[in-house]
Amino acid sequence: MNYRIVSHTVGRILQIEAVLMLLPLAVSIIYVEQDGAASIWAFLISIGISLALGLFLTYVLGKNNKLLFAREGFAIVALAWLAMSAVGALPFVISGYIPSFVDAFFETVSGFTTTGASILTDVEALSHGMLFWRSFTHWVGGMGVLVFIMAILPQDTGRNIHIMRAEMPGPIVGKLVPRLKDTARILYIIYIAITAIEVVFLLFGGMDIFESLVHSFGTAGTGGFGIKGDSLGSYNAYLQWVITIFMLIFGVNFNLYYLILIKQFKTAVKSTELWVYGAIVLISGAAITINILGMYDSVAEAVRHAFFQVATVITTTGYSSVDFNLWPGFSKAILVVLMFVGGCAGSTAGGIKVSRFIIALKTVFRDIKKMLHPRSVAGVKLEGKKVDDSTINSVSTYFAFYFIILLVIFLLISLEPFSFEANFTATVACFNNIGPGLAEVGPMGSFAAYSAPAKVLLSFAMLLGRLEIFPLLLIFTPSMWKKK
Amino acid sequence: MKIIVAGCGKIGKTIVESLVAEGHEILIIDNKPEIVEELTNIYDVMGICGNCADSDIVIDAGAGDADLYLAVTDSDELNMLSCFIAKRMGAKDTIARIRAPEYNDNSLVFMKDNLEISMPINPERLAASELFNILKFPSALKVETFSRRTMEMTEVRLQDDSVLDGVKLLDIRHKFKAQVLICCVQRGEEVFIPDGNFVLRGGDRIGVTAAHVELLKFFKNTGLLQRPVKSVIILGGSRIAYYLAQMVLDIGADVKIIDKDEKICESLVDALPKATIIHGDGSEQELLLEEGISSADAFVALTGSDETNILVSMFAMMNGTKKVISKVNRDEIAPMAERLGLDCIISPKKMVSDVVLRYARALENSMGSNVETLYKLMDDKVEALEFNVRPDAKCVNIPLKDLKLLKNMLIIGIIRGRKVITPSGLTEILPGDRVVVITTNKGLGDLSDILQK
Repeated sequence: MNYRIVSHTVGRILQIEAVLMLLPLAVSIIYVEQDGAASIWAFLISIGISLALGLFLTYVLGKNNKLLFAREGFAIVALAWLAMSAVGALPFVISGYIPSFVDAFFETVSGFTTTGASILTDVEALSHGMLFWRSFTHWVGGMGVLVFIMAILPQDTGRNIHIMRAEMPGPIVGKLVPRLKDTARILYIIYIAITAIEVVFLLFGGMDIFESLVHSFGTAGTGGFGIKGDSLGSYNAYLQWVITIFMLIFGVNFNLYYLILIKQFKTAVKSTELWVYGAIVLISGAAITINILGMYDSVAEAVRHAFFQVATVITTTGYSSVDFNLWPGFSKAILVVLMFVGGCAGSTAGGIKVSRFIIALKTVFRDIKKMLHPRSVAGVKLEGKKVDDSTINSVSTYFAFYFIILLVIFLLISLEPFSFEANFTATVACFNNIGPGLAEVGPMGSFAAYSAPAKVLLSFAMLLGRLEIFPLLLIFTPSMWKKK
Repeated sequence: MKIIVAGCGKIGKTIVESLVAEGHEILIIDNKPEIVEELTNIYDVMGICGNCADSDIVIDAGAGDADLYLAVTDSDELNMLSCFIAKRMGAKDTIARIRAPEYNDNSLVFMKDNLEISMPINPERLAASELFNILKFPSALKVETFSRRTMEMTEVRLQDDSVLDGVKLLDIRHKFKAQVLICCVQRGEEVFIPDGNFVLRGGDRIGVTAAHVELLKFFKNTGLLQRPVKSVIILGGSRIAYYLAQMVLDIGADVKIIDKDEKICESLVDALPKATIIHGDGSEQELLLEEGISSADAFVALTGSDETNILVSMFAMMNGTKKVISKVNRDEIAPMAERLGLDCIISPKKMVSDVVLRYARALENSMGSNVETLYKLMDDKVEALEFNVRPDAKCVNIPLKDLKLLKNMLIIGIIRGRKVITPSGLTEILPGDRVVVITTNKGLGDLSDILQK
């Protein structure tokens, strides 16, 4: 393990985080008359700490000696996310809005991993600056901070691909264009552009600029922190539809947007993953609509709520337009199943990812065929290309690890004195980066009642889910840290 | 520039490495997934796995808007076809590796024109001509020529008892009565671009430039001159050996080629009737002694194995062969071999990547005063470049002493017509000249780059 480059890069991340905190600082200054000066000081102090720590790690402990291999890539990503979350929790603690560090850490991890699970019982009590920071962490965490660094800092090694692989979700991570830096830039430009479009649409619907920014950040990162107790329930139908559509847009593989940008519409439209994703959304939306038809005054309202909830769960965002905890069992069952599915690979969504399911199912069919015709030779294809065996293997391994870890966390969380439904969906919602679950942790509830160890465990589950298990798990294996 | 490299074997990989270092946008095509994966992990390039003569793959790689398309797979035919496809798709320039001797005669011109290949490269022939330059002038470690041989640059190592030991560079011209310029010196690991007050020491590796005649005078007066070789033993009957043998036979020297493969020996007998072909294991010391390794003027180890080349070369040196050259392909081994005392080492893949690099730089600057020749010297730490001077260049008609040149940069020669001018402070660069500069700054592409910004 090359400690020095790990320290160097993690330090860089903290420096970037200090810069990012300038935005909520600005918001706090704008709203100083309403909220008081506590938030301003909280951000100033946090920026100072973040910068000092970052510079120390980068230049005193670290050194860019360019020896970056897969193992360093994993370590950098895992440690960077932990450090980022710990430092990102500081403003909440310093300002006194969330006095307990564990609570603040949970909230920040939930932000960066784009989960949206909250320990706050009264969101509306937070200052504008804090609300902005909470949602901004979604936006930053959605595309990934390390990818952001790649887009802006000069690079002298091609090996950074290891970092990108560890941070970007999905079974296959490739580049869009030959240079990594350009790839990272294109991804961020697409990301910023779609976010900006959403802001404009929300402004049209009557939100003020603060509200539209915060909700766009939450949608773009598929996070789900709102600024109201009932999430999006009190907004009008137009705004709910806009959010629904943009949540679905951010759940699509960003490579497809690039293909559209370079005018390869055909290739983009032919994407299997996109079709499967669309089909899942339509079918589950329709099924829920029929199931809840009796609960609402008009069909239009039932359709809107059904699709809003399907979009928020499949893209692992976690907004809500109604309290779906009150829905009939079948609708809740569909939502729980969708929690596992998640969005497309290469999007900002969490979950297992549609493409992994496609590969897994196709592998199952291939194996069944092989049992019937032992001598048959067949490959698994995705998007018209053969999926190589190592990818199939890694998908199977991922599934195995995914469920083992889910079960272990669930068992441990079950020590808490809540209903089976709450404990199970809390685990699933955190692990898949969704946010709200059912029962006590449903859209109108919060995670406040969980004990401190449970909150740490759930924070860990969120990080495992966002980084797709391996980077974080690997830092706990002793051989990872051995000197070569 | 957008460059596509098809085929990433030894040569392809070296080319990719040097092009990435220059900051180009690179896409690689190879039919082996593990190679594509390895390269995309090490270098900042994008990879496509597939057959580079499959037009779908070539389209996929985006040959339509590529500035340069290189096909350097093992197979000549595949390279030609792949370049042809890429050219038809709209690639601006194509380079194909074509190395079979039968394609490298008259048919090369035909294919180059009809397939619209911008530049065929033949690594083996390039290597052979570099070897030949050294054999003609055995005290040199490396000989490079500028402007069709009007000017030469030679690397030599000074012996500890050399007459040049302790001499100031200012005094060299009148002391040894030759118009030469010592333009770079490697001492230990360090490379200097020296000024007039620099003092040479024994053990230095120096780069000397001048016109050929002046160089000969200089080497004669300093006792570095050796007569051209009269007999050469080549170990390994590879394509390089074939091209080299042809060149050496043409100047009337004797050539002996040793190879352990009977079929190769037979085909060499047919192709090179004047050479002596020995069938036997060249790593056997007895065979080497029997074939007169101790009395040969030069020994060239060209087998496919770097280790064999190094070991057998050392044996040849111990037995008193005057000039020993070994081919070492792996970059990491070359410095070790040098430490063992073998200082004349060639690496064919490096030569090819130099040629490609030069071509890419010239393409990039085709509007200005572009690079005509590029050599990497002193273990790649120094670059020597030859530029064409266009009338609109910034540095024309100004005495050199008034030009603000970059640091670590020296104008070592101006070629006007067939004459080489060794520049002084009052010399002016005129349009139509060719200017040769030497520098430790990498990546110069245009003559105006030599000025401070």
